[in-house]
Amino acid sequence: MNLLIVTLLALAASSHAVALENGQRLYASCAGCHGTAGLDAGGGKLLPVLAGQPKDALAASMRAFKAGTRPATIMGQIAKGYSDEQIEQIAGYLAAQRSTQAK
Amino acid sequence: MKRRQFVKGISALALTPLAGCASTASSRRRQVVVVGGGFGGATAAKYIRLWSEGAIDVTLVEPNPTFISCPLSNLVLGGSMQMADITLGYAGLASIGVRIVRDRAAQIDFDKQAVMLASGQALRYDRLVLSPGVDFLWDQLPGMQRPGAQDTVLHAWHAGTQTAALRAQLGAMADGGVFAMTIPPAPYRCPPGPYERACQVAHYFSRAKPKSKVLILDANDDVVSKGKLFKAIWATRYAGMVEYRPRFMTADVDAAARTAISELGDKVQAAVLNVIPPQRAGSIAAQAGLANVNRRWCEVDFLTFASTQAANVHVLGDAIQASPLMPKSAHMANQHAKICAGAVVDLLNGKSPNPAPMLTNTCYSFVTDREAIHVASVHAWDAAAKTLLVVPGSGGLSGAANEPEAAYAMSWARNIWSDSLNQVR
Repeated sequence: MNLLIVTLLALAASSHAVALENGQRLYASCAGCHGTAGLDAGGGKLLPVLAGQPKDALAASMRAFKAGTRPATIMGQIAKGYSDEQIEQIAGYLAAQRSTQAK
Repeated sequence: MKRRQFVKGISALALTPLAGCASTASSRRRQVVVVGGGFGGATAAKYIRLWSEGAIDVTLVEPNPTFISCPLSNLVLGGSMQMADITLGYAGLASIGVRIVRDRAAQIDFDKQAVMLASGQALRYDRLVLSPGVDFLWDQLPGMQRPGAQDTVLHAWHAGTQTAALRAQLGAMADGGVFAMTIPPAPYRCPPGPYERACQVAHYFSRAKPKSKVLILDANDDVVSKGKLFKAIWATRYAGMVEYRPRFMTADVDAAARTAISELGDKVQAAVLNVIPPQRAGSIAAQAGLANVNRRWCEVDFLTFASTQAANVHVLGDAIQASPLMPKSAHMANQHAKICAGAVVDLLNGKSPNPAPMLTNTCYSFVTDREAIHVASVHAWDAAAKTLLVVPGSGGLSGAANEPEAAYAMSWARNIWSDSLNQVR
């Protein structure tokens, strides 16, 4: 019984790690505009700092860009390239990042 | 220090008995050599360090002491930016343990897995990443090979001294002169770049030399990128100043007379002549036999950016044979580098690389000093086609030139410099 729980927990942890790594690799395609690991190089003055934002809020923003309900110059066109599952993984990765530059 | 560790690692390897095969990989640090410190090479170096959590040694070979950005360099020609604004350095990469070697890669020994540098030093690699950019096919423009020709007629298609020199030529030109620019047949580096340059020179002329003209001599049938948007700008903001001439295939140049000569024998003389030459993969890749598509571009496996020609070698950026609708651009090189970095880290860790890589293209062009336009697309691995294809429904263009996108374009530059060089400016 205990072994089963430990196994299940380990499985959950490893699938969580896989989702985080998928999110990390997927987010890398966004970093050219939004900064490495979600840290905007402009300090968030024009674009929001994505690192450390709540996962649900990030995913909701991306879905709204994708649906065209949130106005945008470019994000509507880009969000349409990602599946809802990919959006969840990117949002999960960003939510787990520090919102300030590590010293 | 690093080198001593590396040498020590080699001798340890030599003493390891055969039974230690499995442990040899862990008993010495894995070595990645990156050749070329442009957007592709810099990004690859950075992300291999990041994603291996410092476990993989990365050496970056780059002859130039500074990094000069091609993106935004047309704004230097237009007069709204200075060279200093587009000049960065490699200190950010050094700060995360990338070993910067200021030298030129002269030759690659695929059997010994080593890069020979111009200084004579050899760098051994487990994986080699080449991001050599483009070199010019001067033999297709015989007149440009005459002594002094390349000092008179500039390309300014590698940002740097050529950018500053072309700016000086424009500054010295009398009002009423013609600036003519030749564009080679696609594919070439930065598809919208020539048209953005035409806008920037016209912007400068409209302020400082209003009787002058911009003449675009394009080998292609039509504007290669953002065509409708650029043509709308030329017809409105720069009416009577910009002339676009398609299907002008430049076959030769009389540099002393500042004259472009088409394959049909048409001659166009200009006060300032700017020749963008036809291009191929950077010479180190071409010399090493990696340019296996028309002897110009390097074919790669888009899952890993591994060369299809040599084992343990990856090629990035403008030098590759692109997948459908993939431009040769800084943004793409930065994106290639991250797919490649992920694959290199996975492969050196004995894992299989990400089976479903994606990348995005985002490209801004400045049409005045304060208005910009964009084109964007999202590309994903297609297992059936075995290449990266645009995700249906993704991507698009600006509706029209606008000011907010100029601010986004500047933000883009700051972020991609930082993402590639690990240095905020």
